[in-house]
Parts: sequence; structure tokens; C-alpha cells
Amino acid sequence: MAVAIFLLFVGMVLGLSFYFANKTRSASGYYAAGGQIHWGVNGIAFAGDYLSAASFLGICGMIATSGYDGFLYSIGYLAGWIVALFVVAEPMKRMGKYTFTDAVDAKFNSRGIKLMAAISTLVVSLCYLIPQMVGAGVLVEPLLGMPHAVGVILVGAVVIIIVATAGMTSTTYVQFLKGALLIVFSLVVTVAVLMRGLSTAPDQGGQVPFEPNVRLAAHAAAGGLTPADPAYAVVETHAIKAWTFYKLSRDGRISWWIDASQGGQAMLEECQWESRRAGAEPVVNGEPGGRLRQVGNLVSIEGRSGPEARTGPTNPFRFLSAIGSPDTQVLQWRMTRIKDAEGADVTLHHTYTTPGNKILRPGTRFKIEGSLLERIDFVSLMLALFLGTAALPHILIRYYTVPSPAAARKSTIVAIAAIGFFYILTLYMGLGAMVNAVINPLDNNMSAPLLARSFGTFLFAVITAIAFATVLGTVAGLIVAASGAVAHDLMDRFAGVQMNEKQKVRAGRLAAFAVGLVAIVLGILFKGQNVSFLVGLAFAVAASANLPAVIMLLFWRRTTAKGVAASIAVGVVSSLALIAFSPSLFSQYGLDPATAPIPFDNPGIFSIPLSFLVLVAVSLATRPKASPGVA
Amino acid sequence: MLHEPAARSGKDPASPYKTRIGTWMFCLYALIYAGFVAVNIGRPVLMEREILWGLNLAVVYGFFLIIFALVLALIYNGLCNAKERELKDTVAPGGER
Repeated sequence: MAVAIFLLFVGMVLGLSFYFANKTRSASGYYAAGGQIHWGVNGIAFAGDYLSAASFLGICGMIATSGYDGFLYSIGYLAGWIVALFVVAEPMKRMGKYTFTDAVDAKFNSRGIKLMAAISTLVVSLCYLIPQMVGAGVLVEPLLGMPHAVGVILVGAVVIIIVATAGMTSTTYVQFLKGALLIVFSLVVTVAVLMRGLSTAPDQGGQVPFEPNVRLAAHAAAGGLTPADPAYAVVETHAIKAWTFYKLSRDGRISWWIDASQGGQAMLEECQWESRRAGAEPVVNGEPGGRLRQVGNLVSIEGRSGPEARTGPTNPFRFLSAIGSPDTQVLQWRMTRIKDAEGADVTLHHTYTTPGNKILRPGTRFKIEGSLLERIDFVSLMLALFLGTAALPHILIRYYTVPSPAAARKSTIVAIAAIGFFYILTLYMGLGAMVNAVINPLDNNMSAPLLARSFGTFLFAVITAIAFATVLGTVAGLIVAASGAVAHDLMDRFAGVQMNEKQKVRAGRLAAFAVGLVAIVLGILFKGQNVSFLVGLAFAVAASANLPAVIMLLFWRRTTAKGVAASIAVGVVSSLALIAFSPSLFSQYGLDPATAPIPFDNPGIFSIPLSFLVLVAVSLATRPKASPGVA
Repeated sequence: MLHEPAARSGKDPASPYKTRIGTWMFCLYALIYAGFVAVNIGRPVLMEREILWGLNLAVVYGFFLIIFALVLALIYNGLCNAKERELKDTVAPGGER
């Protein structure tokens, strides 16, 4: 049934696309839906564009594993709409025609601005496309049983068909449909989470028996712990950081354990594990080709454990206050990689408990109580989230699909209402995943769909299909923006290639095809990264490259064309360079993150002011001289 | 849903007013958002403190930032609509004065 509902959704999206394909005859129709979309539809389509894989998969996944720190993304993403509404919405509609480049170049008609703004649009769109494609791969794996790469290629192919056939009109209606369904079904999942309530032995509504961690009494000996049960023999011992791991054998069967001694009582706790050896099938928890158990549960609720801790149906406030209590203990998982004595790469998943009051405040992922650099990194992230929204090309182009500046304003307000409501739901869905034993220890991106699966196959199928449509719609919007940068900004306006309306549309479609192919490759390369984290980086690039130009054009009369072009160039290059040498990217390259020359992950706090400064300096240096006789 | 026809936007006499109140509202929200970030890095323990209906400051402040954005947006829209209506008579058809 899951596959059937999923295919029905994709079919519906494609049908919509082909329907609107017949109506797209002009460049205005392709890039801006003819400027005829109703503000209410556009507002929900805004929500559809914005509530991408990062919001639904990434934020819920991050809340499921890091608690409130994931919710910080919800707050920052929503706050960004304030900048969009109060500063950017109406002027963008007044200045522009099809693309972001049109708007920033409206005053100057400068080739430098056209080139830089088009490159910036392309770069930001590609940065934003990566997490969407990663999200696509993540979704298809459990639903259709296909590898990650196949999921990425599938999404890429479907989206290229959507965009290359119909452009902004079909993208708008796909986003409208998807945005509305996403909010409705997220509400359904949230209500289901509250009705189920909290328990220390979550069994996914009776579908999956809860398996508590196995513990083994042990004796402390000179070389470490020895299991009290003589059937177990210690094969290897590994001390890593603060933990000691034991490889035990019982009747020839291997298992991995961690020293979990407490209060002078020697104890071992079983780990989940995955062993990989070149040329052999991975062994998971002792089974060749096996799967890891889903994880995440409460050890105690407000000081109680066992059956009496069960809350039963609860209300939204009680749900949060129970999880956030200092007497609530949340079981979480971390991953440690080792090489065993036989040369196999072993990934160990072991537990630790965190009190509820630490889960429902910042600090589990972002080291806000750490060093000065770590705090700066946090401020940098929050700054980029706040300023990034109003600089995203695929969001900005949606201002051209409505008939007037007032409609642009109203559609932004509808978007704020829809997106704000959804982001409040993310806290419940993320925490619901955290305590219902549904998290995949290898990839938290699937937490929301897996939470839905714990309420039955139908909800899982619908939520996965919506999540897939989410990726399709967002990728489609991004590819329209990127193809506009290539065909409209670079070919038509920068290079002056003479094209009639039909040829312009064809150029846009060819550009969409090329951008789609690049996105597929990047989506495969970035497998495994949290999609919300990746989107945070795209926000930083957008805020650094585009926002200073937009703001200064609106508020500083001395802004010059060269200042705008230089600011965009510096914003793109500086933010990308800082990201490329950051710890997270070093980890992605397979290098030790501690050796990264840039000690923080989020570049915004440096690259955004730098871009502003460059704009001011270059504008002052290149301001036109006053003509003689003119005051 | 009915769609309005695409119209070329002419001069908007309410624009300076809308820019002014937009800037003020942006500054107000930015200040409250900055306060949220400042408490997080300056006194993170405060975020654990129970404030309302069993909810801690982190949750209440986070929800407030989301809801306040919508409230401000609605106020802004109301003010803009009122100004646009007020100045409508000063603009001739076609958007020109």
C-alpha cells in the first residue's frame, strides 16, 4: 500500500506538470507563472517551497537526536520571514521581472551585476539542492528498498521532467498542494503523538516489542572488567576517549559491550554494532546483512519508571513539561568507530542518558557553554538563519508570480502563518520520535516518517509521499531559479544572445536539465549529512552573497553598480571558502575535523559583514564625480 | 480560487510609509531575536527555568518568537492596507498621480 500511495502522489504531480505544460508558451509563463497567481495560493506555495526536506526531515531528525537544538533551526528559519516581509517583499516585486538578478540590476543595467548575481543564484541554488537530493535518497531507501543513489537519480529525473515541461506554474501548484498536505498531515502525526502519550517502554502502538538494553553483571579485574557469566569470554578491549569497549564471545557468537559501571557496581551494557571488512557483507549485531534496531526512549518520566510512568493521552503543554522535567531521563545514542584486532571497521552505537531539562534547552549539539569560538559559531548560525531567507533565489522569484506588491505582502503573511504553525509541530514530531523508539541510529533524517510508521502503514505512506513531493517541489523551484540564472540572466541579458520567446523557454528547459544533472551527482556525494545542517550552510551563502546587495540598494543611495557586483562576488567566495575549510566539510572529505584550518562551521558572522563592507568601500571608491556646475 | 490579472505596478504613494513602519518592525523583531541569542550564549541556564504552564523559558521564548512574527505581520498588513486605502484617491487610474 505504501508504494501504491507513493506512486499515486508522484503520478499526480507529473499529471499536474503535463497539464500546465500546454499552457506555458512565454518566458513570463515559464519563469513567473505569468504573474497571475492568487496571493493565497502563492502564500501556501511559499510554505511549500520553504518547508523543504530540511524542515520536515532535517529539523525533525535533529530534534529527535539533539532536542531543543534542532528547534533552533525552526525559530531561525521562521524569523527570516520577518526580513522578507518588512524589508524585501514589496520592493522586490516592484524592481524585478523574472529573477533575483532583474531586481538587483533594475537601477543600473550593469553587465557586472548581471554576471555576479546570476553566478550567485546558481551557487546558492546548488548549495540548497544538495540537501534536498540527500533527503530524496534517504526517503526512497526504506520505502522502495532502493539504494540512496537510486533515490537521488529518481528525484532528479522526475523534477527535470516537471521543470523542463512547465516551469513556474506547475511548480507553484505542486508546492501549494504539497505545502497544504504537509501541514495537515504533520498535525495528524502530532495529535497521534499526544494521544499515545509517554512511556518508558514504547512499543510503537503494540507493533514492535520494546527491547531494553541488555546489561551484564561483571567483576572488576586488573585488565578491566570480566563478565560474571562464565559463558562469556573477553576477546578484545578498546579504550577510546572516556569509554571502554569489550568484544565478547559466547558460544562463538560475537557481541560488543561498553563499561556501564555505576556506583561501584561493575556492569557491561550491550552496544549495537556494524562490522565492515573489504569484500565481505557487513555484519550487523552479529547477523550478516542484518539491520540495526530503531532507538530512542525515556528511561524515567518525572522520576517514575515502569508501567506507572505511562502518562496516557496528554495535552501539548503537559507533553513538553514532562519531557523537560529534570527528573526525566532520556536515553540517547552516540556512535564510535574503531578498528578491531582482525582489521574490520566496527561502528559501535552505545547509549547515554540526558536529563529532560538539558534536552529542552540549547546545548546538546551547539556548544553554547563551550569556548568563545563555539559560541561565535552558534551566533553565526542564528545570524545566517535570520538573514538567509530573504536572500534565497527560489523564494525571491515567487514574488514575481503574483500580480502586485500588495499581493506579494499578503502572500508573505499567509506563508508566515503556515510555516510558523508547521514549525511548532516540528517540536512535537521531533520529540515524539526521540521517545518512541523509532530513530534509525545511522541516519536521523528519517525520524519523522518512521514516527508516522509507528502509527500504521497508511500514515507512513502518506507522510513519505508528501516528504517526497516536498523534495520534488523544492528541487523544482530551485531548478527554475537556477535555470533562470543561466538562460535569462547569463544568456539573454548578460551575453545578449538574441532569442524569441519560444527559444527563451527552450534555453530555460535545457539549463534546468543541466542543473538537475549536477544536483544528482552532488546529492549522491553528500549522503549521510543532516539535511538541515546543509541547508543552514546554503542560508549562510545566500545571506552573504545576496542580502547586502538587496538591503543597500533599498536603503543607501550611494550604492554603485561596481559596489553591488563586488559585494556579491566577495559574499559568494568568502562564505564558500570558509565552509570548504570548516570541520564539518573536513569530516566529509574523510579528514580529521580537528585539523580544519577554519575552527567553525557557520561562516555568516564573518562573510555577511565582509560583503556589506566591500559594497560600501567599492561604492565610495567608484561613486560618480559631480559634474562641474552641478551642486 | 480566483486569480487576479497580472498588472503592471505603478507608483505607490504609500511606499515611503510602508518602508518606514517595515523598518521599525524589523528592528523591533531583530532586537527580540538578538535577546534570545544573547540569553542562550550568556545565561543558558536561564533557559531551563520554568516560566508558564510547566514550560521552560527556552520553549516559551521560542514559541513567542514564532507567534510574535505572525502578530507583527498582521499588524503591518493592517497598517499598510489602511494607508493604501487612504492614499488611493490621490492616485489616478493606471497608477500615476
